[in-house]
Amino acid sequence: MLEVGALNGWYGPAHILSDVDLDVGTGDVVALLGRNGAGKSTTFKAIVGLLGKRTGHIVFDGRDVSTASTHAIVRAGLGYVPEDRRIFTELSVMENLEVGRQPPRADAPTWTPDRLFALFPNLAEMRNRLGGRMSGGEQQMLTIARTLMGNPRLVLLDEPSEGLAPKIVEEMAHAILAMKREGLSIVISEQNLHFARLICDRAVILESGRVRFSGTIAELEARPEIRDAYLAL
Amino acid sequence: MDFYFSQFLTGLAGAASLFLVASGLSIIFGVTRIVNFAHGAFYMAGAYIAWSLTERLEGAVGFWGGLVIAAIAVAALGALVEIVLLRRIYHAPELFQLLATFGVTLVFQDLAVMIWGPEDLVGRRAPGLRGAVDVFGQAIPAYDLFLIVLGPTVLGLLWLLFHKTRFGVLVRAATQDRDMVAALGVNQKWLFTAVFALGVFLAALGGALQLPRGGVNHAMDLQIIVEVFVVVVVGGLGSVPGAFVAALLVSELNAFGILVLPQVSLVLVFLVMAVVLVIRPFGLFGRPEGPARASVSATVRPWQPLGTSGRVLAVAAIAAAACLPLVAGNYILAVGSELLIFALFAASLQFIMSTGGLVSFGHAAYFGLGAYGAALVTKAFGLPMLGGIASGVALASIGAVVFGWFCVRLTGVYLAMLTLAFAQIAWSVAFQWTAVTGGDNGILGVWPDGWASRPGAFYWLCLTAAALGIAALRVVVFSPFGFAMRALRDSPLRSEAIGIDRKRTQWTAFVIAGAAAGLAGALFAYLKGSVFPDTLGIPTSVDGLVMVLLGGVETVSGAVIGAILFRALTIFLMSYTDASKLVLGLLIIVLVVAFPRGVVGTLSGLLARLGARPSATPAMAGSGQARGGTP
Repeated sequence: MLEVGALNGWYGPAHILSDVDLDVGTGDVVALLGRNGAGKSTTFKAIVGLLGKRTGHIVFDGRDVSTASTHAIVRAGLGYVPEDRRIFTELSVMENLEVGRQPPRADAPTWTPDRLFALFPNLAEMRNRLGGRMSGGEQQMLTIARTLMGNPRLVLLDEPSEGLAPKIVEEMAHAILAMKREGLSIVISEQNLHFARLICDRAVILESGRVRFSGTIAELEARPEIRDAYLAL
Repeated sequence: MDFYFSQFLTGLAGAASLFLVASGLSIIFGVTRIVNFAHGAFYMAGAYIAWSLTERLEGAVGFWGGLVIAAIAVAALGALVEIVLLRRIYHAPELFQLLATFGVTLVFQDLAVMIWGPEDLVGRRAPGLRGAVDVFGQAIPAYDLFLIVLGPTVLGLLWLLFHKTRFGVLVRAATQDRDMVAALGVNQKWLFTAVFALGVFLAALGGALQLPRGGVNHAMDLQIIVEVFVVVVVGGLGSVPGAFVAALLVSELNAFGILVLPQVSLVLVFLVMAVVLVIRPFGLFGRPEGPARASVSATVRPWQPLGTSGRVLAVAAIAAAACLPLVAGNYILAVGSELLIFALFAASLQFIMSTGGLVSFGHAAYFGLGAYGAALVTKAFGLPMLGGIASGVALASIGAVVFGWFCVRLTGVYLAMLTLAFAQIAWSVAFQWTAVTGGDNGILGVWPDGWASRPGAFYWLCLTAAALGIAALRVVVFSPFGFAMRALRDSPLRSEAIGIDRKRTQWTAFVIAGAAAGLAGALFAYLKGSVFPDTLGIPTSVDGLVMVLLGGVETVSGAVIGAILFRALTIFLMSYTDASKLVLGLLIIVLVVAFPRGVVGTLSGLLARLGARPSATPAMAGSGQARGGTP
């Protein structure tokens, strides 16, 4: 569904990503692991065209999107949830969802506000609350719900568990598993191996903008030296 | 009492157009982050086209139809400008956007004169609203009452648009975070075009509605843009309700200011603006801006003082310039003196802008204050020329102390608009306070002392002043104070965290730049033998910006070359074409879009690339392009 090959990315003059490869099949849930600053968020930004300069090939759904603009990539069915949430604080929950709304797609689950409220029951009680008046966990749910309103086939989730209370992390894991059951392909960037283990089938580990490991979660479990070298603090 | 009431209603009616134009500017800024200087030009175009439609085609479209069709036509024109020009500069620094849209203003000014002629045009009265209505014993024009109702109606319609339609929700979302809106699959390009067209529609409608009140003239674009800048600074950029409240406030101040201070009514508005800015730096309804983009693109190659070869070259150039009086006649010497004066003026602007990162759109204020300071003292006290020059520098410095104190409280586009407003206030004082400044007639007979009266001697004086002034500015750039200025430009937060006092440093820089500009202005007064309000006007400020841009914003003193090239070009243009504004406007637009690094920037970039080690080159080239503003 998503093939990324030899992806290179820059922030101004700084070369951040070096030849990153990433393959995601239909219905896969892949963890993109690595420490702070390893290049996880930059990889996502490069894929959706939010990076100033990138090279390499990005094929989504059989279509080369490596030079497409951000909105065209997203409209093709590749949803993106940024790490810093970026809720529209001046807009209500319903209005935030409206910004994300795109026409339904035959080959992807169709989301409506009501279905999303079933997925994230907390949001249902605050339809008219302003984004800026929500807790961090509620904002995180809203940002995922907002991206789902675009009816994507694949979602890039950037650190969805970051900074959330353990109970909320658990709710988040359940929601992501529900999205997986709907048939969505998902890539989750994480520093937290435990969270990734709960929901992912495969893992890719980044360090200094390079891929250091790529395999199933079980293979990663069998090689603690990799975990110690690239993930342990 | 009744008279005050009718004056109050006049103020309310005047607020309607002001609100329309200001809300359009605010909406455009909110989403695109561009302060559209051309907004005044669209306002004027709305009035002119509406005049043609109502005069020539009233039978076909009717009066009201004419106004609306004019606004729609101008909105389409605005969309064209957005697609052709603005899309190329959305990622450029603010200075480039302000300059490019000012270039559009210049083009419109000349086109308006070509199409509708230089005379003021009188508009038709609105059918059905020709008479007056009796309100508490006062005869109020019915059209004014219509405008009083129209303002809140438009405010309400805009509220509905922004809260009850998908377009409006997208606009509000993009106002906060346009990249996130794109990341949710919304095509920013067309959203921006639509928002720009909406803003221009409001401006043009505001202009068309002025037709029955004041007619049309070709100065109304700059006049309204200054008022609108004041309105949005007071109300808060990006806020439509803020624009509404501030338009009422400014309009009422204008209506009553005439009664209180008939000579300098604009000063009252300025005082209110100053108070608002001290209490709420981002306006009544505005919110602090996020981290601003660097107002001037940062240099990739670090600045360095001139090396030995550079110094030899500079001394040789000065020596060669000093030989000019030996070979040239009086006219060439006068032109040479003028070039030197503007080199100093441009260098002072470059100092505050490139080194300090503070984009001043009103640098002419200090140039003009220098000129008036010198002229007034010469005329009033008969002081010798050096005393006059000292007074000019002193007056410019005092101006910079006062204006700078307010300006350094703001950043980015707010600062640029505030500097423009201050310069316009200085201009209006010079223009209106006839008893002291002679108003439009200026001050005549400001001639140099005997020892400097020969053109050659005066030229040498200018050369000495320019060389010493520019050298002094360069010394400051490479002093610890200059490092502090650059640190604040590149990262205000980190600089303050290491103990640099931002306001104090930038304020001092403002005064240094003001004093240098004042020196140039004082010399200019003696060169011309006279002073006119033009020296303080917006065109003079913009000339300075174009000189810096032409020389290269990223350079230390490329403006010197820019000033010489630009001034020589203008003198040449003046004598060969009537449409000098048109040519100048197009030149600015081309410079901004195609040549953003300027002459000196491009040349030194080329030299550096030729001599650079290969490892550094590719990344530099890439980022240089990104900073240059071409997407």
